Amino acid sequence: MLKRFNLKAWLLLLPALSLLIAFTHWPTLKTFWRSATWARSDAAPAKFVGLENYEILLDDPIFWKVIENNLWYALGTVPTSIALAIAMALWVNSKIRFTGLLRLAFFTPTILPMITVANIWLFFYSPNIGLFNQLLALIGINGPNWLGDPDLALSSLMIMTVWKEAGFFMIFYLAALQTLSPELFEAAKVEGASGWRIFRKITFPLLMPTTLFVLINALLNAFKLVDHLFILTKGGPNNASNLLLYYIYETAFSFLDSYYAATLTVVMLVMLAIIALVQIFFFDRRIHYR
Amino acid sequence: MDSIWFQRISKFSAYLLAIVWVLPLLYAFWAAFHPPEYATKFALFAPLTTENFVSAWDQAPFFRYMLNTVIITTIILFSQLVVCTLAGYALAREKFVGRGFAFALVLTQLMVMPEVLIVENYRTLTGLDLVDTHLGVGLPYLASAFGIFLLRQTFKTVPQELEDAARVEGLSGLGIIWKVFVPLAFPTYLAFSLVSVSYHWNNFLWPLVVTNTEASRPLTVGMAIFGAPESGVDWSVISAGTLIAIGPLLILFLVFQRKFIQSFMHAGIK
Repeated sequence: MLKRFNLKAWLLLLPALSLLIAFTHWPTLKTFWRSATWARSDAAPAKFVGLENYEILLDDPIFWKVIENNLWYALGTVPTSIALAIAMALWVNSKIRFTGLLRLAFFTPTILPMITVANIWLFFYSPNIGLFNQLLALIGINGPNWLGDPDLALSSLMIMTVWKEAGFFMIFYLAALQTLSPELFEAAKVEGASGWRIFRKITFPLLMPTTLFVLINALLNAFKLVDHLFILTKGGPNNASNLLLYYIYETAFSFLDSYYAATLTVVMLVMLAIIALVQIFFFDRRIHYR
Repeated sequence: MDSIWFQRISKFSAYLLAIVWVLPLLYAFWAAFHPPEYATKFALFAPLTTENFVSAWDQAPFFRYMLNTVIITTIILFSQLVVCTLAGYALAREKFVGRGFAFALVLTQLMVMPEVLIVENYRTLTGLDLVDTHLGVGLPYLASAFGIFLLRQTFKTVPQELEDAARVEGLSGLGIIWKVFVPLAFPTYLAFSLVSVSYHWNNFLWPLVVTNTEASRPLTVGMAIFGAPESGVDWSVISAGTLIAIGPLLILFLVFQRKFIQSFMHAGIK
C-alpha cells in the first residue's frame, strides 16, 4: 500500500538525512557558489565574479600538474592493486601451506593507519641509510633519492599505496572466490584445461562484478587518499608528487584562499561524478560474464 | 603449461610477497627494540632495549591522543548505529512516495565523502563553534551512507510474517526495530562496526583540519606531528611511537583476525 505521505518513515529518516544534507549536499552546493565569488580576505564580503576563478584555474600550471599527477597516480595504482589483489586471493584460496599466515600478512597493511606506516616508509626511502638503498648497495647499485628526485617521487608514493590497499581488495576477491562452485573447476580440469586457461576463461570472467566494484573503490581512493603525502613528500619536490586533494588542502589551509580552494573542489566533484557515472553505467547494464 | 615449475614459482612468489608485505612492521619492531645505532644497521646479536618506548612516551602525549581517538571513534560509532538503523529500517520496510529520492540522497555520500568537502565543512564547524572539539571531528561522519545501505539490505531479508507477529504481540514501531530487526542483523552490525572503527581510528585529513590542540587531536594527527623531521626524533623513537600508536588496534586485529576479515568480507558482498 503506497501512502501519499508517510510521517513515520520521514521521521525515521530525519536524523540521517539532516546530517547527510548538512555535511554532504549543502556544502557541495556552497562549493559551487563559492567558486563563483571572491574576496580579499575571509572577513571581507565576497562578491560575485562569475567564471573568473576558473580562468585563473586554467592558467594555473600547478593545477594542470596535479591533474596530470593524479591521472598517472590512478593509472599506476589501480590496475596494479587489482592484479595483486587477484593473485593474493588465488594464493590464499589455494591448497598451498600457511594460507592463514599469507592472508594475515596481506591484510595487515589495511588496518594500519596510513600516517603512521608512512613514517616507516620514509625510512625505507631515505637516500643513504634507507632500507631500499642499503639492499641495492648489497648488489652494487647506487640507489636513487626516491622521494627527492622529481622523476621518482610520484612512483614512490604509488608503491606505498599499492602496498596499503592491495590486501584490502584481496578480501573482496576472496569473498567472491568462495561463492564460486568447485564443480566448475573440476569439470574444467577433467577437460584438461591448464591453470592459466581456467583463470582466463572461467575465474576471471566470473570475478567481473567484483573487479568492477574494486575498480570503483580503487579509483575513489586514488583521488581521496592523500595522507601519505603529508609525511613522505608534501607534494614535492616542486609539485612533482602533488595530488588534487592535497593541493586543495594547501590552497585552503596554507595559502588561505578558500575561494580558489572551492574552485579546485568543484573539479574534484566533477571527477567523482565521472566515476559515479562509470559505476551507474556498468552496474545498471549488469555486465557479468559471457 | 601447468608444470611443476610454474607451481613452484607461484608458491615462491606468494611467500616472498607476504614477507615484503610485513616488512614495514618487522622493521618497526626491529628499530623500536634496539638502540638507535642499530636502526639502520642489521646485526643478528644487537642488544635489546625498551629505552625507545620510554623516550617516545615522554616526547608526545600518547595517552591523551589515544583517549581522544577512543572518544571520537566511540561518538561516531554510537551515532552511526542509531542513525543508520532508523534510516535503514525506513528505506527497507516503509513504503512511501519519495523513497527512491531519499535513498539516492543517502547514496551520494558514498561518492562525495566528507574529506573532499574540507573547505566548506570547516566553515560550517567554525560557524557552529565546534573547531577543536571531539564532536567537531565526528560531526560530518555521524551518519554513514555505507551503514544505511548495509542495514537496508539486511532488513529487507527479514520475513514480513515476523514483523506482523510482533505487531500482533502489541509491539510499536520502535519496539519492533529494537526487538526484532536489531537482533536479527547482529552480523551486519558487527561487520559495520569493525569497518567503521578501523576507518575512523585511521582517519587523518579531516581531524588534521579541525583540531588545533592536544585537547582534541587524535593519534593520527599526533603521529604526523611527532614524526615530522622538524621535531628531530630518530628512527628508533619514531618506530617505538608508531608501535604505541598502532598497538591497540593491532592487538585487537591479531586476536579477532578471523572475525575482522570475515566482517570485511561480509560488508563487501552486500
